[in-house]
Amino acid sequence: MNKIVSKEHFSANVVKLEVEAPLIARSRKAGHFVIVKVGEKGERIPLTIAGADTTKGTITLVIQAVGGSSKKICELNVGDSITDLVGPLGQATHIEKVGTVVCAGGGVGVAPLLPIVEAFHKAGNRVIVVLAARTKELVILEEQMRAHSDEVIVMTDDGSYGTKGLVTNGVESVINREKVDLCVTIGPAIMMKFVSALTKKYEVPTVASLNTIMVDGTGMCGACRITVGGKTKFVCVDGPEFDAHQVDFDEMLMRLGAYKDIEKK
Amino acid sequence: MTTEELIAARRAEPWREALRKSKKNKERTDIVRVEMNELDAEYRSHTRLEEVNLGLTKEQAMLEAQRCLDCPNPTCMQGCPVSINIPTFIKNIERGEFLEAAKVLKETSALPAVCGRVCPQEKQCESKCMHLKMGKPAVAIGYLERFAADYERESGNISVPEVAEKNGMKIAVVGSGPAGLSFAGDMAKRGYDVTVFEALHEIGGVLKYGIPEFRLPNKIVDVEIEGLRKLGVKFLTNCIVGKTISYDDLHADGFKGIFAASGAGLPNFMNIPGENLVGVMSSNEYLTRVNLMDAANPESDTPVLQGKKVAVIGGGNTAMDSVRTARRLGAERAMIVYRRSEEEMPARLEEVKHAKEEGVEFLTLHNPIEYLGDERGRVRQMRLQKMELGEPDASGRRRPVPIEGTVETIDVDEVIVSVGVSPNPLIPRAFQGLEVSKKGTIVVNEGNMRSALPDVYAGGDIVRGGATVILAMGDGRKAAAAMDEALRK
Repeated sequence: MNKIVSKEHFSANVVKLEVEAPLIARSRKAGHFVIVKVGEKGERIPLTIAGADTTKGTITLVIQAVGGSSKKICELNVGDSITDLVGPLGQATHIEKVGTVVCAGGGVGVAPLLPIVEAFHKAGNRVIVVLAARTKELVILEEQMRAHSDEVIVMTDDGSYGTKGLVTNGVESVINREKVDLCVTIGPAIMMKFVSALTKKYEVPTVASLNTIMVDGTGMCGACRITVGGKTKFVCVDGPEFDAHQVDFDEMLMRLGAYKDIEKK
Repeated sequence: MTTEELIAARRAEPWREALRKSKKNKERTDIVRVEMNELDAEYRSHTRLEEVNLGLTKEQAMLEAQRCLDCPNPTCMQGCPVSINIPTFIKNIERGEFLEAAKVLKETSALPAVCGRVCPQEKQCESKCMHLKMGKPAVAIGYLERFAADYERESGNISVPEVAEKNGMKIAVVGSGPAGLSFAGDMAKRGYDVTVFEALHEIGGVLKYGIPEFRLPNKIVDVEIEGLRKLGVKFLTNCIVGKTISYDDLHADGFKGIFAASGAGLPNFMNIPGENLVGVMSSNEYLTRVNLMDAANPESDTPVLQGKKVAVIGGGNTAMDSVRTARRLGAERAMIVYRRSEEEMPARLEEVKHAKEEGVEFLTLHNPIEYLGDERGRVRQMRLQKMELGEPDASGRRRPVPIEGTVETIDVDEVIVSVGVSPNPLIPRAFQGLEVSKKGTIVVNEGNMRSALPDVYAGGDIVRGGATVILAMGDGRKAAAAMDEALRK
């Protein structure tokens, strides 16, 4: 169960794993996530599904080694198994034809953005992808994005590839040049906060897919709670996607740091 | 034979008549009720895993068993949601046939070692004991149940109840908590091919993630689960019915009946300012980290906050479990904050007593109105409104009302909110056609636990909203009997 059938390094710290999970591959939709646990004493962490192959019965996960638990997953090799894998969890992305959709991804957030890009494109939308990374080597999935969208704009912090600038500069350039009906953003919380602030200024409806701390992932613990429009919501069952303009990103950033002082190893 | 006839027939067995006549009732009622052997309170408040209650010795159990009068009409049995034949198992203990006593328990209970530890017997079987009518304390049925189950386990001679011939019919159980396990055991005994689907990576539901080691060791739960495996029950972890597989998938796979026992999924919060500060969490989160994920063990990758000044909001058993856990994880000040008085507390008396012995402070008639944090968003203080009791409310308990102008501020570095749970919406959302109450519970026919979908039965907290292990187990038994009858037609 949960055997790793392929592994690819996107960069030094970012790994793409293809994992045997036929039931999840069959039932997952764009926007869903899984909970992964490696080892008997492992931690349960959420990962958004980056793709699936129903004939092979596999799902794709893209992981950035940031803490002890994500490092453990990245260290797994082909033939190894993920101890526990459960899903698909959360609400699927609401896909419909709205017109022009800008999909803004940063870091490993680009990976779960791919199935959403595919789905919006398939639904007949004009899809413009803004990919952001610190530097050229960290730009991922550009080819796949090009295959499923009308345009891809690459932004790098250091200007080593594409246009020099932040993801927000890329999104703003599109908004300034044409009418945008919807923006979808996935990436680090701080990035989504700024994308949301920008699109709010231009009154472009925006959806953010949030990745918070979770334990069970089924609504049982409430570790993932955030404030949306003044109300407490659970990312695991009410999300992971929310109206970005209503999300209290500062609170979310604060809660993401809950275990910083005591994180193990 | 009717149940009454069956009870009478077993009571009339020669050994039992002889045992009954061996002592006068007066001699039996004169025996003082046994007291549970416990770990020292100071010692146990610093030891994370050791069980507080140590159980009875053989001698203690046999003496306590003598107190039972072996009534012709055993009212205690009416107080048991799973109808354990209480006098039969107790009299077996009295005559020293401990393994026989354990067999009697297993006739109707899938989890005797669990029930002997966590059932509120004082509100169930023991509340109907004849001794109470004579002004004496009830027979310690719960302690005796635990004794028999523990004796069997430790003896290594674990009996497997009789299983009817396999009938080939596949039954699905959603959730592996007490309701699901009880149902699974009963159906397996009746010859069904039972598969239990569990969302988490461990079997046992609340018995694993909720109830702490010091009250119910995981290894005890595992032995009972092993017993169910021996009956032929199959378990599938990491599988969420309604997500990983659907209602339609279950039908396509040939399942003829489904028992939904997915539990009380969503923790309630109070919606007061500061509740999302770092360090404020639900008891579900706190207990899951410590119990299921073993987070206080340095070997575990899962972190848990180990506060020095911990407040637990609420007065139920889960609140007691949380506050006693906090004490064991190093809290110098571990406080229960409860808006009513101690008298209205829903927790078992034993839990309250244990908590007090372990140095837990009780701030009754206090209600949190706000949490204050530092510049990094970590909780540092709580503001408590003092309360007094007014007129009785809908629950029959006197309603707590704020005393104007009396707000206290207390330093805390961790707050655990334990003010109840709401049903998990996963199943109600995934099974089209279920009738769901305003509270989110699945509506069933109380007589047979059948839902609006004819092949779906439900029980435990997904129906009750938040109750006890034994009531959940009773639902499981009732549903099994009803589903069996319906499938036989």
